[in-house]
Formats: sequence, C-alpha cells, structure tokens
Amino acid sequence: MVRSEQASFEYNSGGGFVLRLTALTMASTEIARQAGEGVRAVPLAGHVGFDSMPDQLVNKSVNRGFCFNILCVGETGLGKSTLMDTLFNTKFEGEPTQHNQPGVTLKSNTYELQESNVRLKLTVVNTVGFGDQINKEDSYKSIVEFIDAQFEAYLQEELKIKRTLHSYHDTRIHACLYFIAPTGHSLKSLDLVTMKKLDSKVNIIPIVAKSDAIAKSELAKFKIKITSELVSNGVQIYQFPTDDESVAEINSTMNSHLPFAVVGSTEEVKIGNKMVKARQYPWGTVQVENENHCDFVKLREMLIRVNMEDLREQTHTRHYELYRRCKLEEMGFKDTDPDSKPFSLQETYEAKRNEFMGELQKKEEEMRQMFVQRVKEKEAELKEAEKELHEKFDRLKKLHQDEKKKLEDKKKTLDDEVNTFKQKKTAAELLQNQAQQAGGSTTLKRDKERK
Amino acid sequence: MSEAVVPDAMVPPAVGSLYGEKAGGAIVDFSYVGIDAILEQMRRKAMKQGFELNIMVVGQSGLGKSTLMNTLFKSKVSRKSVLGTGQEKIPKTIEIKSISHDIEEKGVRMKLTVIDTPGFGDQINNENWYSIISVLSCKIFWQPIMKFINDQYEAYLQEEININRKKRIPDSRIHCCIYFIPPTGHCLRPLDVEFMRRLSKVVNIVPVIAKADTLTLEERDFFKKKIREELRANGIDVYPQKEFDEDAEDRMINEKIREMIPFAVVGSDQEYQVNGRRLLGRKTKWGTIEVENIAHCEFAYLRDLLIRTHMQNIKDITSSIHYEMYRVRRLNENNTAVAHANGVPEHHLTAHEILTHEMQDSDLPSTPSLPPPSPDLT
Repeated sequence: MVRSEQASFEYNSGGGFVLRLTALTMASTEIARQAGEGVRAVPLAGHVGFDSMPDQLVNKSVNRGFCFNILCVGETGLGKSTLMDTLFNTKFEGEPTQHNQPGVTLKSNTYELQESNVRLKLTVVNTVGFGDQINKEDSYKSIVEFIDAQFEAYLQEELKIKRTLHSYHDTRIHACLYFIAPTGHSLKSLDLVTMKKLDSKVNIIPIVAKSDAIAKSELAKFKIKITSELVSNGVQIYQFPTDDESVAEINSTMNSHLPFAVVGSTEEVKIGNKMVKARQYPWGTVQVENENHCDFVKLREMLIRVNMEDLREQTHTRHYELYRRCKLEEMGFKDTDPDSKPFSLQETYEAKRNEFMGELQKKEEEMRQMFVQRVKEKEAELKEAEKELHEKFDRLKKLHQDEKKKLEDKKKTLDDEVNTFKQKKTAAELLQNQAQQAGGSTTLKRDKERK
Repeated sequence: MSEAVVPDAMVPPAVGSLYGEKAGGAIVDFSYVGIDAILEQMRRKAMKQGFELNIMVVGQSGLGKSTLMNTLFKSKVSRKSVLGTGQEKIPKTIEIKSISHDIEEKGVRMKLTVIDTPGFGDQINNENWYSIISVLSCKIFWQPIMKFINDQYEAYLQEEININRKKRIPDSRIHCCIYFIPPTGHCLRPLDVEFMRRLSKVVNIVPVIAKADTLTLEERDFFKKKIREELRANGIDVYPQKEFDEDAEDRMINEKIREMIPFAVVGSDQEYQVNGRRLLGRKTKWGTIEVENIAHCEFAYLRDLLIRTHMQNIKDITSSIHYEMYRVRRLNENNTAVAHANGVPEHHLTAHEILTHEMQDSDLPSTPSLPPPSPDLT
C-alpha cells in the first residue's frame, strides 16, 4: 500500500517565500498499511536492490560496536557479581565487598567482549553497601543520582554545539536487575521503595537471587506474592515487548514467569559426561542451565538473546526523553504552539536571569557587610590592644621615674654623707695638724724637759 | 569511574557454541552467550521501522532526469509520471517539487522521496554572453535549491530541539543530489562548476553524464577525465569524499568508485527483446542500447553505488557531517545575537537557549525566519 503526496515550495522573484503543503501529512513512525484510501500502489518492475538496506545498517553497527549497560541493585551477598560472571561467561573483577559501608556507592566497570564479529562494550554497575545501613531511608538516592547523571551527560553532549554523537560512549543504564532476597515471604519495604523510585528511570527486571534456597512449591507462591505486591504498589517493571510477531509469543510467556528465580555459579561440575555450571550440595547438584532447576536460561534468553536492542531503545525513547523533557522544562524552556503567543521563553529567560543576578547581588552585599563587620571588629580589638600597651608603657615609665627618684634621693643622701664625712675629715685633719704642731712643740718641750 | 578491562577468560570468537576437549575425555561446553543475537534484533527492528531515502535531481530539462529515476527504482517514481508531462512552457517561478512513494522489496519497506528541480538552465542557450548571464542566473537558480536543502536541515533541527519530540524524527533531509551533466564532450560549463561547488558543501553530490549514448567510448573517457580534472582544480568534493574514508578497506573500494566518476548513464523504462531476454534499453536504428549492460553504459555502477552498497553510508554522511555542519553554523550565528542581547558570555549558552531565543524573535511561528546569509550563499 502506498501513499503518494507532494509538497511544493515556491520562490518568487520578489524575494518572498511561501510554503505550501498541498497534501496529507507524512506518516512519521511506522508506515501503516491502510487499504482503500484511493492511493496508487507503486509496484516494482524488477529487482532494485534496496533489500540490502538492513544488511548495510547491520554492517555499519558491527563496525561501530555496541554498548550495553547493566545496573545490579541488591543487598550485599545476594550473588550479583557471580550472576554477571555466569551470564557473560567470563570472570569479571573483584573481591566480594564488605558489609560495613556507611552509605550506598555505585561502582562501575567496563569490559570489552567479543563474540563472532560482534564487539560489545559492557558496563556493569554494582551497588555497594545497599541495605547494609541501619537507616535505609536514603539508600535509593545515590542510585537515582547515578542514573540521572548518565542521562545528564548524554543530554549535555546532545546540546553541545560541536558534538560527536556517533562516537559517544553511551553510559545510560539500559537494564536494571533488581535482586530480591529469597525469604519466601514478601518484598521488603526497602525493595518496594527503591523499585518505585527507579521504575520511571530505568527498565527494571526483578529477579529472585539465590533461588536454590527456596523449595519449588514455595517459589511459585513467592513469585505470585511479589507480582501482586508490585502491582498493588504501582511499580512498573519492564515488560518484554509483544508487538513484533516473531518474538511476541516467547515474550508473553516469559512475561508470566517474572520475576526470574536464578542461581549463579562459575564452578563446573561433571554431570554425565559433560561439564556444566552447577552448585554442588551434599544432597544434590543445582544445575544453572537446567530449566527445571532455575530460570537462569530464561533470563539469559530474554536479557541478551531476544530483547537487548529493545531495552536500549526503550531507554533512549522513553526514559531518556522523560528525563530530557523534565530537565528542559525545569530550566524554564517551553515549546511554543502555533496558536498561543510566543511570550514565554524570552521573558522567562529574562526574568530568571534577573532573578539570578538579583540573588547574586544580594549575596555580594551580604558578604560585603560581613567583611566590613569583621574589619570593624578586628579594628576594635587592635585598638584595645594598643590601649593596653600604652597603659603598660605609662605604668612602666612611672615605675622607672619613681625608681629614678628614689635612687637620686639615695644618691643625694649619700652625697650629703660623703660631704659630711669629708668635712669631718678635713676638720679632723686640721685638728690633727694643729695637734701635731702643738704636739711637736710640746714634744720638743717634753724632750727639753726630759733632757 | 570505569576502565575497559579484558577479563581473564575471554570467549574466543566463534560461530555458535565452542566445544573443546579437556583432559579426561569430558567435553567442555563454553556455551555461547548470545551477544551476536543483537544483529538479528537490529535487523528485525529496521525491517519494522522501514527506511527513508530522499534524492534530489538537478540538471537541465531534457536530460532524462525523470527517466533515470524511473529506471533506478524500476517504477514510476518521478513527478512527470505522476503528474503527466506537458509542462513545456518556461515557468516564471522556479518550482521545487517533491514526490514521495512507499516501495517495498522482500519485506523491506522504503519511503522514497524524489525531489525534482525543473526548468533549470532553460533560459541559457547562448554561449556568447554566457559568463554574464551565468553569474546572474546562478543566483536565481541555485538560491532556491540551496534554500530548499537548508530548510530540510532546519526542519530537522527544530524537531530535534523540541521538548516534546517525536519518537522518530521524520527525516526529510536530502541524502543525495544527482547532478546531470549534459554530454557536450568538451568540459564542464561554468554554470555547472559553480553550482556543483556550492552544492558539494551542503549535500552529497553524485555527478552523472546524462544521455551518454551520444558519446563514443573514447569521447566518454576523455570527457570524464576533463571533468575530473576540473572538479579537482575547483576543489569540488563529490561523493564518496576522500576525507570520510574510514579505513584502508573503505579507501580501496572508494578509490575504485572515484576513478569512475562521473558515471555515464542512459536511462530507459522500455523493455526490448535482446538475445531472447527482455531487457531495459533504448532502441535505435543502429542497435539497442542495454541499460544494465556495463559494456554499454555505467548505469549498473550508479545503481549499485546508490542503492545496493552505499545507501547507508550516504545517509550517515548526511546526518553526521552535513547536518552537523549546518547545525554548528546555525547555532553560532544566533550565538552572537543572543549573547549581546543578554550580556551572557557566548560559550555559556546551550544549543537550546540559542534556538529558542531565535524562535521568539519571529512573529509568525509558521514562517521560519532565515538565518543571515553566510558568505557562501551570497
């Protein structure tokens, strides 16, 4: 079925430009097959060759390589790293994390995998310390922040003037595997709260971890309980798409098996004459790839072999667009519709800008005030110190003067004494002299007398 | 935050599962993960969505543009076929008309848009005062075409910038422009040189020698060489452009194509009986020219290039290079305007602010305002 239409653009030599769309609007998404609209079918009279287009597209993608980002959310010790190892058949890094983290942090690692001619850049993000704190209220926050940060990075790249979108390493989370502890009862409130916060930002695939801890009968009840709780709390988990006929059937069957009950193991055990991945217990062996034992094969099938591309597409067209819309609206941008007057944007922008400048100025004022005040205080302090110093100086000076006076008095006294002494001494010498003279004569007299 | 690490036990490349023998006779099953199934998923998605291709044909009327389009796509896709002929009068306005068709082959659906530029160069038929006229007419003729091409980029850009944007932005950008060179046998006309020079800057251009059955093989080779020299001398980069070759393999393939440019083509939508087979061709008194015979003309090479091998590459170059160039130019033009209006340093503005500011300037949202002409366009 074909629709032919035409648009004509006219350029008048007068310089004006008028666009005249004379036909129906073009269908932009899937070209719907509609019968009997009066449009002409255009049959091809021979082999043209554009059926190679899908091949050309695939080749281009193969040359460029793919990237896929998985986020594993779950409490410590639920086997997240082991499951990733099992899923991708390789030993990724790391030692098991400790239980004493003060908050939830996210650790991401990128690996380059290759299978036949397909190169995949796989990023695995792990939540470290999730569920270990006593107060778990804010556990989900760092996860949400991380996811938003990836969206933000992509948005920034997209809004750049000079951008390189085709070689940009996409770090947005395509799938979030939520690990549920195998209690057998119901979902923990931490799980419910976290999933509720994440369901509008990322494709959530809930899985029951370490499911070899639950007996088969309990498992069925557990799954039903989980799904009903998710539904009653309005949590939207990822549904495998059922619109494409080739995969609709398998996807809808799998949808009914959610959440998948998985067991992960990288160790191999010999069963029969094959080595299979399994966990060995004294009472038996749980084979990872045996569909009777656990849903691992289903998870791998759905996550990787059937829906990887759809997960990427959903992330880009639904979650990222939602983020982008909210972010741009938050910044104050709005689309103009043709009927309303184009008032908002420039004015909003101006208003916001003025507001911002006003705030800046206010802050500046405040800071200036504070500065002035501080200076004043310091000045006062210094003045005080100065005064004190002056006083001290005066005191010392006075002390010094007193001392000096005392000394002078003493000196005076001493001088007086010395003078007195001198006087006495001269007087005494004079007396002595006189006495000598008299004595000499007396001595002579005495001598004469003696003689 | 992250580093690319090659993990210890890598799955060696193989098709399907890889089996190996371990000591002791047990078969080791490195079962395959299934990453390469993504190719199949992509293919499915592409088939569901369908493809879009927009081709513009530029050249004098009477060079067989419509016929060639019909021959390429083996159906009546040109405007003439849809609307009927009879437009012999010289049109006063230069009308650029685009016709879209949905065609399907082996489950692959494609929306093909052929954009026709009729009446080009009709007025020019006197070689004497050619140089004067060509300078004047250039502006009249190529300006609307350049404008049309830029308008498609603009429409795409506006849609991309929207807050609520469609899941799949309708792609009306011209992917490829086929330029028809009249088979004079001598050299390119100044009009052609000028036009191709300007076009090659904004769109992928593929020059072809039209109605090549009027040239002998020697004349054809001579003509081609002259054209290639002139293109090189004027710095005109035709598709496949040298600077966009990705690797050695690409370069090798593209070099072969570059040696054949421009393709000497003959178009026809009539079938004749040749050697017991029904073939597309032109029947003359001295023989039948088979369109798809590479000994007769190079139509098959053109078709293979455009459709069977390089279609995706043409679209990629349009979207990642020509469109991005337009976008950068456009955003930089408005950058200065917005910055001066608000006193904000230029590099702090995002693309979004620039374009929405520009949108607000126009009074009638339905008439997109034109960016001031860059030196190239005047």
